Amino acid sequence: MNYVSIPVAYMPLVDAAPLILAQEMGFAAAEGIALDLIAAPSWSSVRDMLAFGRVDAAHMLSPVPLAMGMGLGGVATEISSVSNLSINGNVIGVGTELKAKLDALGFSFDFHDPIAAAEALVQVSDGPISFGVPFPFSMHVELLRYWADGSALQKHGITIRTVPPPLMAQALAAGEVDAFCVGEPWGSVSVETGAGALLLPGKAIWSFAPEKTLAVRTNWAETEPDLLGRLMRAVWKAGRWLSDPAAHATASDLLSRKAYLDVSAELIDRALSGHLTITQEGDHRQIDGFVEFHSGAATFPWLSQARWIVERLHMANGGAALTDVQIAKIVRPDLHREHLAKLRCDLPGASAKVEGAILSSMAVASAYGQITLQPDGFFDGQIFDPEAKFPPKK
Amino acid sequence: MSADLKIVVVEDDRDRAISIVDALKDACVCDVVVIADRSGLARQIAAHQPDIVLIDINNPTRDMMEELTLASGPLDRPVAMFVSGNSDGMAEAAIEAGVSAYVVDGLSVQRLKPVMDTAIARFSMVRQMRDELAETRRALEERKVIDRAKGLLMKAKGIDEEAAYALLRKAAMDQGRRVPDVAEALVTAAGLLG
Repeated sequence: MNYVSIPVAYMPLVDAAPLILAQEMGFAAAEGIALDLIAAPSWSSVRDMLAFGRVDAAHMLSPVPLAMGMGLGGVATEISSVSNLSINGNVIGVGTELKAKLDALGFSFDFHDPIAAAEALVQVSDGPISFGVPFPFSMHVELLRYWADGSALQKHGITIRTVPPPLMAQALAAGEVDAFCVGEPWGSVSVETGAGALLLPGKAIWSFAPEKTLAVRTNWAETEPDLLGRLMRAVWKAGRWLSDPAAHATASDLLSRKAYLDVSAELIDRALSGHLTITQEGDHRQIDGFVEFHSGAATFPWLSQARWIVERLHMANGGAALTDVQIAKIVRPDLHREHLAKLRCDLPGASAKVEGAILSSMAVASAYGQITLQPDGFFDGQIFDPEAKFPPKK
Repeated sequence: MSADLKIVVVEDDRDRAISIVDALKDACVCDVVVIADRSGLARQIAAHQPDIVLIDINNPTRDMMEELTLASGPLDRPVAMFVSGNSDGMAEAAIEAGVSAYVVDGLSVQRLKPVMDTAIARFSMVRQMRDELAETRRALEERKVIDRAKGLLMKAKGIDEEAAYALLRKAAMDQGRRVPDVAEALVTAAGLLG
């Protein structure tokens, strides 16, 4: 059988798993396609490869297509986010200097309470705390800013600098940054190499944050609807496969290969299982749903998630204030429904929800009966109604 | 007569940097600065207030430069990623050559073009040399592994070098694999058993 090859760019991260496993586990082949997976050296490179047609699809930070639509960041090709690739999966960590000071304070590293963590950080630092993040337009930045806005860090101040995760240890050692927010495996790598300790999972700030998106050029989506559908279904099936804990060992093994993440399978398994080692002394924490690929309609690209990102980007960077119609041309629940219809999988009835209102698993109306959405609360208990104006800063 | 163009080249390999700077200086009236140290890259660049920044497309520190494109970023004048421009396929040529450029707003194509043409030519050349070097290294590594595998076979089976190589080649053909891959498997296995 001949497979149609689709070039796909990705960053070597745990949350590229649905793309890598769609290829490795045969979900792509079952759809008659082969994914030509190209590891990129930087997020700018992923964006450029997609924008200029070197690849047709990409593993991308969920704010990037929206930022591009707002005229931020210097590249203006129309990109569509057709599925969420992953939910959550980031960690916030501190360098050894802050770690020592927090230990001296008697801080418990509960890996759970953002308000207490912020208060402890403020107590042990004299000036604004500098955080390293992988890219200026990322959920990493948005989570840090949202956390700072609603905690003791607001008055104290934070600065955010872009540092590629492989260079984070060096930046910490040089005192360029005091702390960091990164995706796995980089948090676990920093613990393993003694560069830092983990303070909070991203999930503690927003419990259902859209982390990576499956991005395609909008004109490719229009001219190749059949290929797009195959790609989306293969990736969705890989996500479902990944949601079974029994798959984690195999998935970690495949992802750990030199061609993909090139780190030990054990480090990758920590993120997939949510069983994280947070300090070099070996303290463990179990985080359910640390990174999510399937449960709670994880892949569904909610317009309300997009609206939240746009409001936050606009507050920090300016750029075009996108209307609902403009957002719906970038984040595409319509294409998600259209192309997954063949799978007869259950999808939400609505395309937007009030973000932050679900505090325990909740059944909602859907195409085939009911699906259960996972908690999506913010740490400060605020809710975000996409119909209303963004709540003013306190 | 407008002032000299200020160009920053981000490159930590000294020889490559010199080669790029020389070519640029021959091509235009410009002031070229090389930044080799990647700590605080965006701030270092801002200190020079350049018109154009050139960087290898595969350099992972590229993401640090994206801060230049933010309104709150470290440069006075906003920056566009040159690769988004649509001037005569220059963007595609730049990507092909492996160079990305960040250009301040308002710089004319007439001033930009000679710089980009030179950068594209020079980066292509450097990339080609690097690819050739990598290929040579790989071939050398493979040669070493094959020699070790031959040695193991000669000792284990009491055969000569030619027969050992023939054995490796036959195994590779039978299994549809490359000779160096079969040799590597043999060396690994011998290491485990030994």
